[in-house]
Amino acid sequence: MTADLKERPPRTPAEDDAFKNELVTLIPHLRAFARTLCGDAAAADDLAQDAMMKAWDARASFQMGTNMKAWTFMILRNQFYSDKRRSWRQTQLDQEAAERTLVAVDDPEAPIALDELRQGLAMLPAEQREALILVGAGGFAYEEAADICGCAVGTVKSRVSRARRALQGILEAGDYDRDGSAAGDAMRSILADAERLSTVR
Amino acid sequence: MNQHTSPNPDGRKDAAALDEARLRQQAIGVRLRQMFDDVVKEPVPDDFLEILRRADRREQG
Repeated sequence: MTADLKERPPRTPAEDDAFKNELVTLIPHLRAFARTLCGDAAAADDLAQDAMMKAWDARASFQMGTNMKAWTFMILRNQFYSDKRRSWRQTQLDQEAAERTLVAVDDPEAPIALDELRQGLAMLPAEQREALILVGAGGFAYEEAADICGCAVGTVKSRVSRARRALQGILEAGDYDRDGSAAGDAMRSILADAERLSTVR
Repeated sequence: MNQHTSPNPDGRKDAAALDEARLRQQAIGVRLRQMFDDVVKEPVPDDFLEILRRADRREQG
């Protein structure tokens, strides 16, 4: 799924409207994906807005009827990494800031398990975290996630499976940066919450 | 001993451990989706739509 830059026939206002309407429905998803990449909510919204405008500007190269969600996620991800390359010296600082923010922005009323899950995610290598988010939370098929990340399907599969194992290990060991919580508490609360959620639904 | 699939107790223990691991992975999955969906459900800040509206208007002349 490379962005096809071939010129297509001029677009009609109706086509632009259809594109815009679909793009608008994707904004919440772009914000959520950006939040997982940036950590910092304000930086994430800047990234999501950039991606939205890039998608709008490139609408002539998008074929209506194909997967616009995957297409916009790919644009957002590329934007994120090209911003990163531009400020590669900042990368380490950004990572530290993201980890702090993942902790800091938490609602004190939020269930404890969510807090711990965020911290566990922050400890994963970026490519594993991204693969797990796309497949495990974003609802993408392995093939779509591979297109978004520009890698092979098998690579995505192995990243997702390594991420799942690592995350479970982190949560069970209590091996995240938190004081006063006994090892295994995170996993216990996640199991309890999952049970509660599944009975509610 | 009416378990034909796992005649040895260790085999049954393995199966139980596998079930437990699956349960934990499912629980993590539920949480992960919830974390993502929480942001999806947030109201979209006005500036997103404003920026898009401005871009559209600019091009229409």
